[in-house]
Amino acid sequence: MTGTGERGLLHRVDRLPGERPVWVRAQDIGKRFGPLQVLRDVDVCFRPGRVTAVLGPNGAGKTTLLKMILGLVRPDEGRIMLGGATVNGDAEYRRDIGYMPQLPRFPENLTGWELAAMLDDVRGFDGRPDESLVDAFGLRAEMDKPFRTLSGGNRQKLNASLALRYGSRVLVLDEPTAGLDPLAARVLKARVRSERDRGCTVLLTSHDLGQLQALADDVVFLLDGVVRFEGEVGDLLSATREGDLEAAIARLILDGFRRGGGEEVA
Amino acid sequence: MGVTGKVVRYEVRNVLRGKVLLGYGVFFFATTLGLVRLGGGVQRALPSLANVVLLAVPLVCLLVATVFLYDGRAFTELLLSHPVGRRDLFRGLYLGLALPLSAMFLLGVGIPLVVLGGVGVASGPAALLLGSGVLLTAVFTAIGFVVAFSVGDAARGLATALVIWLGLTLVYDGVVLIASHSLAAYPLERPMLVAMVLNPVDLARVGILMAVDASALLGYTGAVFEDFFGGVWGLVAAAGSLLAWVAFPYAVALRRFRRMDF
Repeated sequence: MTGTGERGLLHRVDRLPGERPVWVRAQDIGKRFGPLQVLRDVDVCFRPGRVTAVLGPNGAGKTTLLKMILGLVRPDEGRIMLGGATVNGDAEYRRDIGYMPQLPRFPENLTGWELAAMLDDVRGFDGRPDESLVDAFGLRAEMDKPFRTLSGGNRQKLNASLALRYGSRVLVLDEPTAGLDPLAARVLKARVRSERDRGCTVLLTSHDLGQLQALADDVVFLLDGVVRFEGEVGDLLSATREGDLEAAIARLILDGFRRGGGEEVA
Repeated sequence: MGVTGKVVRYEVRNVLRGKVLLGYGVFFFATTLGLVRLGGGVQRALPSLANVVLLAVPLVCLLVATVFLYDGRAFTELLLSHPVGRRDLFRGLYLGLALPLSAMFLLGVGIPLVVLGGVGVASGPAALLLGSGVLLTAVFTAIGFVVAFSVGDAARGLATALVIWLGLTLVYDGVVLIASHSLAAYPLERPMLVAMVLNPVDLARVGILMAVDASALLGYTGAVFEDFFGGVWGLVAAAGSLLAWVAFPYAVALRRFRRMDF
């Protein structure tokens, strides 16, 4: 199982144009929170130039897996690899990652610009930050207001703008379109697509499967911490003989429960 | 500037924006001023002042450290999703709290002492009081870090901090006294010594009160300690033990922080 993943990956990377591609690998990951086994034998690859959707019902371990790639959650077993190097406590590898957390809880008193300046400072970033998303969202007027006064939608826009500020080659987006109005969601999706096209490795989760269908290239489906499907969206549709992603995922969930997920369901 | 320094700067700015720290400084300023004026001179005010310091510093440092850490969980998580190492971040968070807490204490107690007493008056004991207060700040900030990174929930964390404070400042000496009383037939010097080294508040108390020559206020363990070491060696031993009391919780908290999941 490890072998096939590797082969598929190399095949893809060879064809990539432009910048140095960074692929992300979660290898043999196991994680418990107390008595709860959150992830079990998770072994997945996230390929450069692809948008991979990590899907699954609530509590399936999606956010835990994403946070593990960030180093926010430590795996009990297995390892995270980024661009061929094992992540082992050194923080520098995160320079390659743009992270959009599910719920942005930034320091309440800081304005958008202060927050951005603080992150520039902490990262030691002296290049020209990418502020195109701030403009695309029409967020400039809000960037001078303290975070606590921003509406949910504007917080999420700020969250996205900060994740894409440093031109990172890996994007980890946890529910990126949640709370965004349709227009802003379109802007963000277009941006994610263009990031993918320049060779970024994009990981995201979402509950809105209809939206994802147009965005995701690959799917990793988690159920109770176990990977039940990994592959391209087209393969998922033909494997489940369903017409769209939503129906296919619904089928996977039902199948998973039927297939002896009994103890997890209870 | 390294990452640690940057974190310290943001943390200090954040801490000073809250009015708690300012209030802490003002409290010491007013207390010191009041005690010196009413007590009739720096020399005579020092023992009472020492007792206030021994109660207030551990309490405030424990509470401020735990509250700010629970409050700042999101900030911590945000920084950790950027290229900021956990060890650097931890050091920054610790210094970002311990430094302003120490500064407020030093200013609050130091300014009235110097202004009213002059630099020369009681400079030895006063300096010891200030030094012990700073060491206690370092100790109890570190203990607050252990609590905040060990107890997941803020309310239970605060309760734990309060229990620790009560235990070390009030209950501990009582228990030691009862134990010594009921075991009066045995030679207790060494156990008492151990009992004192195990409590940072007792260590600081000995340091301060030995210098102002107020053995009556030492409590039972302190009296034994003075007998045992006396003078400079007692101070050196007390200071060394207090430093160990900084290092140990610091190491424990750092270890927990490095393994924490966010």
